Amino acid sequence: MNRVTLFLLSLPLAGCQGWQSTLDAHGPAARTLADMFWIFTAVLATVWVLTMGALLLALRKRRVAGADPLATNPATERRMTIVISTAIGLTFVTVLALTGISYGGQRALYSHKDGALTLLVTGRQWWWQITYEDPQTNRIFTTANEIHIPVGEPVLIKLESADVIHSFWIPNLTGKMDAITGRQNQVQIQADRPGVYRGQCAEFCGLQHAHMGMLVIAEPKEDFERWRNNQISAAKPPADPERQRGMEIFLSKPCVMCHQIRGTDAGGKIAPDLTHVGSRRYIAAGTLETTRGNIAAWIVDPHGIKPGVTMPTIQLEPDEVQPLASYLEGLK
Amino acid sequence: MRNLLTASIAVLILTACEREDREYRANPVTAETEEKIALSPLSGGPSPPVERRSGIGQGYEENAFHVAQGKKLYVWFNCNGCHANGGGGSGPPLMDDRWTYGGQIENIVQTIREGRPNGMPSFRGKIPDDQIWQIAAYVRSMGRNVRKDVAPGRNDDMHPAPAEQRRPPGEVIDGGQISPSAQMPQ
Amino acid sequence: MTQTLAPHDVALDAVPEPTRLLTGQPAGMPGVQSEADAPPDPRELRDDQVDGQELTARLARTWGTRKGIIGALSTVDHKIIGRRYIITAFIFLFLGGLSAVAMRMQLARPESGLIGPDLYNQLFTMHGTTMMFLFGVPIGEAFAVFLLPLMLGTRNIAFARLNAYSYYVYLFGGAMIWFAFMLNIGPDVGWFAYVPLSGPEFSPGKRVDFWAQMITFTEVAGIAVAVQIVVTVFKMRAPGMTLDRIPLFVWAELVNAFIIIFALPAVVTASVMLIMDRLVGTHFFNPAEGGDALLYQHLFWFFGHPEVYIIFIPATGWVSAIVVTFSRRQAFGYIPLVLSMIATGFLSFGLWVHHMFTTGLPQLGASFFTASSMLIAIPNGIQIFCWIATLWDGRPVFRTPLLFVMGFFFIFVAGGLSGIMLASVPIDAQVHDTMFVVAHFHYVLIGGNVFPLLGAVYYWFPKFTGRMMSERLGKWHFWLAFIGFNITFFPMHITGLMGMPRRVYTYLPEMGWGNLNLISTLGATMLFASFVVFLVNVVVSARRGALAGPNPWDAGTLEWATSSPPLPQNFDRIPVVTNREPLWAHRNTLPVVAGLSVENREVIISTATAGRADLKESSPEPSIWPFLAAIATTVTFIGSIFTPWAIVWGGLPTTITLLGWFWPKGVKEDEA
Repeated sequence: MNRVTLFLLSLPLAGCQGWQSTLDAHGPAARTLADMFWIFTAVLATVWVLTMGALLLALRKRRVAGADPLATNPATERRMTIVISTAIGLTFVTVLALTGISYGGQRALYSHKDGALTLLVTGRQWWWQITYEDPQTNRIFTTANEIHIPVGEPVLIKLESADVIHSFWIPNLTGKMDAITGRQNQVQIQADRPGVYRGQCAEFCGLQHAHMGMLVIAEPKEDFERWRNNQISAAKPPADPERQRGMEIFLSKPCVMCHQIRGTDAGGKIAPDLTHVGSRRYIAAGTLETTRGNIAAWIVDPHGIKPGVTMPTIQLEPDEVQPLASYLEGLK
Repeated sequence: MRNLLTASIAVLILTACEREDREYRANPVTAETEEKIALSPLSGGPSPPVERRSGIGQGYEENAFHVAQGKKLYVWFNCNGCHANGGGGSGPPLMDDRWTYGGQIENIVQTIREGRPNGMPSFRGKIPDDQIWQIAAYVRSMGRNVRKDVAPGRNDDMHPAPAEQRRPPGEVIDGGQISPSAQMPQ
Repeated sequence: MTQTLAPHDVALDAVPEPTRLLTGQPAGMPGVQSEADAPPDPRELRDDQVDGQELTARLARTWGTRKGIIGALSTVDHKIIGRRYIITAFIFLFLGGLSAVAMRMQLARPESGLIGPDLYNQLFTMHGTTMMFLFGVPIGEAFAVFLLPLMLGTRNIAFARLNAYSYYVYLFGGAMIWFAFMLNIGPDVGWFAYVPLSGPEFSPGKRVDFWAQMITFTEVAGIAVAVQIVVTVFKMRAPGMTLDRIPLFVWAELVNAFIIIFALPAVVTASVMLIMDRLVGTHFFNPAEGGDALLYQHLFWFFGHPEVYIIFIPATGWVSAIVVTFSRRQAFGYIPLVLSMIATGFLSFGLWVHHMFTTGLPQLGASFFTASSMLIAIPNGIQIFCWIATLWDGRPVFRTPLLFVMGFFFIFVAGGLSGIMLASVPIDAQVHDTMFVVAHFHYVLIGGNVFPLLGAVYYWFPKFTGRMMSERLGKWHFWLAFIGFNITFFPMHITGLMGMPRRVYTYLPEMGWGNLNLISTLGATMLFASFVVFLVNVVVSARRGALAGPNPWDAGTLEWATSSPPLPQNFDRIPVVTNREPLWAHRNTLPVVAGLSVENREVIISTATAGRADLKESSPEPSIWPFLAAIATTVTFIGSIFTPWAIVWGGLPTTITLLGWFWPKGVKEDEA
């Protein structure tokens, strides 16, 4: 019994933690939103309790039986009119106050500060393409499904779509914004603390809408710069023979039609850039942790994991899988 | 009468299933099919030329999802680099009725897989077999050699020509010459 | 007009001495002559010349439906068509419910392999489409078709053949989309079908075309019935039913009909543009050629938000009727209740952008829609407060219908309040398109429509069938539904806040949403079980329930003045209304008017505001042509999925059937 109570009590609190929770705020925008949510909840719950109380009282009231349903007592009518008018007045004031709070929150949420970093995020069926913009063109690079940001700095995200409408949403940091075909939207994210925050496409976008996740990794400035410089650089040729063989397999197989690995001949641009795929925590848009086994599983049977995904099933000899996975895992 | 009704309903149902299926997980045994298609009815000896068709082409041609996938891949794999939107460029046009190397889906698959003289590269090992079939099915739809309710509609792009489904149904005339415009500069 | 009334017995076999309102002496406003005042044709038998059993039998013959399949398909009796409408809408409710249960099974565990993404997407699309278009809109109209003529004291609905036609079109459209689903042509792009996902490039095949044509079917049917409702309410009320004596349920249906007439054309526009983009290569939604994907969303939600009120406003009618009857007190605040319904109707057109807060619209514009969305809390508040006041001052009788209305208060108020959160642009940015929204609108729609609807079925079942539903099963049904509903949908608030988006066919185990989803699934099973109890109750009660009699609940409105189920003519003599609750004002006797033909289908047309008898008009005879016209329309619509030429070729049979429908027959009234 106790355990059941404990479990039930833990349910409402469960929303307060977790890496994709709106109420576990890790940025100024998300905090404003969470605060607003609790204010609204408190006010509206009070209204609900009062209304239900009134209903309950109305039902429990003692009364004379058998009176004429058309007979009304003018005094009662007047009293009820006054009570209802007051209630309506209070509703109006409440609604006005909430509108005001909402407007304040809206101003806070959408007033973009100047930030050092601008990202172009393109929603694609069913992954996120991320381009770090830079005035120096040789410092522009593209990655997928994993955004690194420096802690405490506002980062502007420009949103576009390459196919259908997607929605960019990192609940721990801020509310969502749609990536709409033929348009560009903007949203700003900022993290207060280092951490890993998960996000997910929030606008239905087809077969694999459910598996279109991404990570935002907030880290101290110097870690971020180190990461960025590494991302800018091309992939280093592998040293050990197994991975060298993996690279040969990669370059001789259909992989190159779609994927790019900077520093090699693979230059496809229609699938995630794999130059540093081994440094990313997840593959397949936030679906599988980056391990050698998962990479092998993904290559051998992507449709078993994400049915309908664009990645085709690649015909490999049994002894080709390990080297290939090993090579990709090593692309740090 | 009743038989006719039952038969027509059955046909309706079957065509619907064929057209609408999203068979995204290709047969795990995607060994290449070896198709053998004659380009002309002439052959040495008394018997007609020997043909071998696996018949899987029909499954691609009559499925709207496969044709639509093929349309995507056609652009992604840069087929339009040479063939444009079917009108041809440095490669021959694909929306007319002349097929230098045969216009059956099996011919087109072979063309993509093996390559042809005068510039068509071989994509064997570069494009998985099921995707080759999808592209070939789409190429067939460019001259409206597939059913109208299977051919793709317009894209969300600039439009040089009516969408495949709005073109008049095409013929296939095998053989013939490469049009001068499509000849590689010698 | 009520000055010459003499009291008469309600009972059908009584021998009332009719009030001759239609026999020559001016009964309306002085100085205004109307046809109703003209002397009757002496050759025709009138209802003041016969009485009792003979009158009942003759009228039943005049207004009856012929036997046999042709007769059944030709009928224009609003009660028969209304009953078919209600049953069909309930069948779709059950189908939609089954698809929901299938989805809940899939979501019970993370990474469950029960249903793949392709089928899951079709399931949630069918669920939303069915509930919104094939259940939500029609159910309100279905009740109107059955009840309005009875409540207004007339013999049939206006444009009775159109009524038959609209039912068949609705039936064929709904059947088409479900057959398509079974043939794997089920739409898979959501009930909203946003472009470009639903456009030609990303949705190959015919799935979306079937969806778009289903919209056309249901819109044709929906608008036709809405027009009938408006005309019936304005022109066919019983003499003496001034605007402020119209029952609240009828007001609700009237406001609802106006919303339908103004909202549905927007979605027809959207779906026709979509199908044209898909089939004939127009570029309405192609940004590359100057189209706009957001245009679709505007059009869709300009319909889509009023749609919520199309679903909710009939329910305010059901709630009003049930609250008044079971409080044993006339409605407190009749005028405010009516005005708030009308205000809701107007405001519902100013809210649509709150479905698009995350599309990056200009912020000032968005905040305007926050204000207008929150404003709708005020008319809704007025309604809730007035109902509570009625209960407060009344003497509530706890029967199953009132129980469901209590469930409505509990659930709908919660849903309405969470709606205020969604009206706020910033909060919406977090919870938009999450399970929180799913929870919210199920609280609003199931709380605001289905619970009152179930109450309404328990309430009017005796009128529909002549038998009472079981109270014991009714209580089981209520508690199972109430508890099951809350177990299903309350946890979704939390899963949504924990970041679970809508329309996902599965989720990763490490997201921590598994237990809450499992609870929701268990609740859904319970909710479904409650509907099984309901089904059993309906079937058993329809055969073996206690006989009801004309007025089992001691209610006050006119539909209870006639037998249960009503005879084809509804009333032997048309009642005269002197009060909002005629049966409470005239406990034992009900004033009636006479002078209508017994041999022809004649109804009283009254003036729009004062409800003064104005004209005697003939009501259409049964005809097979509406059914044939519906078939021709269906063939045209389905054909146009495959070729635009179907519109041209299908125009021919449609025209022929319409010609047959309207072929002048020399109605006897015209000869006079």
